[in-house]
Amino acid sequence: MPAEPRFSAPARVADGTNGSAHAAVALTGVTKQFGKITALDAVSLFVRHGELMTLLGPSGCGKTTLLHLVAGFLIPESGEIAIDGQRITDVPAYRREIGIMFQNYALFPHMSVAGNVGYGLRMRRIARPEIDRRIADALALVKLAGLEERRPRQLSGGQQQRVALARALVIRPKVLLLDEPFSALDRNLRASMQVELKEIQRKLGVTTIFVTHDQSEALSLSDRIAVIADGRIRQLNTPHEVYRHPSDRFVASFIGDANVLRAHLERIEGAVASVALGAARVTVPMRTLEGSAVGSAVDLFVRPEDLRVAETDAAAAAHGTIAAQIYQGGHIDLYVDAPEVSSGRVLLRVPSHEAASLRPAGTRIAIALAADVAIAFRSA
Amino acid sequence: MPLPKLLRLLGGATVTAILGFILLPALVVTLAAFNSRAILSFPPESWSWRWFVKAIAYDDFQAGVRNGLIVTAWASSIALVVGAAFAFALDRYEFRLKRTLETILLSPLVVPHFTIGLGFLILAAQLGFARGYSVIVACHVVLVLPFVLRSVYISLRNLDPRLELAAASLGASPGRVLITVTLPLLLPGLVSGWLFAAILSFNEFTASLFVTVQRTQTLPVALYNYVREYADPSMAAISVMYIVATATVLTLANAFLGLAKVLNVEHAR
Repeated sequence: MPAEPRFSAPARVADGTNGSAHAAVALTGVTKQFGKITALDAVSLFVRHGELMTLLGPSGCGKTTLLHLVAGFLIPESGEIAIDGQRITDVPAYRREIGIMFQNYALFPHMSVAGNVGYGLRMRRIARPEIDRRIADALALVKLAGLEERRPRQLSGGQQQRVALARALVIRPKVLLLDEPFSALDRNLRASMQVELKEIQRKLGVTTIFVTHDQSEALSLSDRIAVIADGRIRQLNTPHEVYRHPSDRFVASFIGDANVLRAHLERIEGAVASVALGAARVTVPMRTLEGSAVGSAVDLFVRPEDLRVAETDAAAAAHGTIAAQIYQGGHIDLYVDAPEVSSGRVLLRVPSHEAASLRPAGTRIAIALAADVAIAFRSA
Repeated sequence: MPLPKLLRLLGGATVTAILGFILLPALVVTLAAFNSRAILSFPPESWSWRWFVKAIAYDDFQAGVRNGLIVTAWASSIALVVGAAFAFALDRYEFRLKRTLETILLSPLVVPHFTIGLGFLILAAQLGFARGYSVIVACHVVLVLPFVLRSVYISLRNLDPRLELAAASLGASPGRVLITVTLPLLLPGLVSGWLFAAILSFNEFTASLFVTVQRTQTLPVALYNYVREYADPSMAAISVMYIVATATVLTLANAFLGLAKVLNVEHAR
């Protein structure tokens, strides 16, 4: 993958709602610096009521900093933060009414499960009977009833996570913040906890900001995804839009698998262009190709599932030699050496019921495009 | 005999020798304490409790224990508060001369005790202080501060800052975070720091020799004064009682707090 060009801060893509007044959480032009390093650069972000917004990006991109700014653990150098229309930029964390769940859950080791869950209620000086009732409700919500007296270290990872979630939700926070909550769980548990979290979030309708570096997690859980890199929001949209219509090269390569294929620009027709790859033609938006002339080389981004093995040479986009076949259950990943279009290996993802038609490693195949719409960027 | 087996035997013998070497002095003194004869000798020829009775009844030793406990209680408690405050500052804040401050606070580890004792003696004389408890306590605070500081500092390093952030997010003001989360989790470190300080202070001899007078002499100083004149086994009897007392304190600490935790053997995540 070629080096990533820098893009100017696309403030307009971040403004996906109808204004800050209606947003559950509104960040306007927020900048945060650590010494000489700018962690967030004039970021504006509006989170709608009840939505699950994911902050997705590589480590060090500023997503956790953004979460900590909303939580009140950090104060921005400039810009404003509001929750429910109230400016809270310099309000300390303990007066913000937010719930947070950390990657390691941060359960108080010297308190029981009930002690942990009831902590926020005790801090609010709520009457004992109501505390007990709300602890019971919260533990029932996360399916942990009966474990009130256990200590955190006596619980499994999944149970600890449920306690952390109950502790954050029991105070009825205005915003729920999740900091990479699933990364410490094993694969099977992670999937079931993700489903459960999504159900609870929808049931309670709590506005949620979720930080992750795992793009598949972001795609499966989010109402909207904010893709962050180098302290800026690169794209803010639904998972489908971000996956299918990435706004720039970084987003295209960070979300999902993508093949970068050498093609050339054949024709420009207003807002769209036709790109030629071998005998195949594909339509791409011109938006990401500004300044490219007809005939110039472009990088065509194609998802692995949009490639298939061609039956005939007539529509072949490229030819290559199968280097490896990897059986994944529902599908098969085919790695193909196709030096005419890519210096790396081209990945084809084909349904495994087509496995019968596949050939062993070493066979030459023709690759065809299964989609007639894709996205292309100027050659870097 | 094959070589590996020989090496293993040699290794075992070496470890046994080292362990014996560590335990031998205490063992010799213990046996000497039960010697019925009036000279410090080893091995004893006949057995008796009489040196214990004599040691307990001896006025200077009684006063020494009392003085020592007073000095120890004050010195280790003051050192705990001061050391914990400095540990917090060193752990939580970035400021100019941080390294210098740390070096100064830990310097009693490298400055000889007699230098510190002599320094306090000269200071007290210059400032016209009577050589009462306050000078001894001040001197001991300086001597044990590095140990408290290290102990609390290590506990703070092991404390996950996210616990405090979580508490704050749940509505706890900084003061309540301190009382409900930080201090309870630091308790093992605080107790271990205090215990170390107390044991060191109670044992301290070199500096104490300079800053105590007859009226305020602590147990080690009283023992020194005694041994200059007599050489009977009451010294050994005192030693045995001292070992038993310390072991009892540590056993109790273990029972109530878990010695592993108190001594920071078990690291927090």
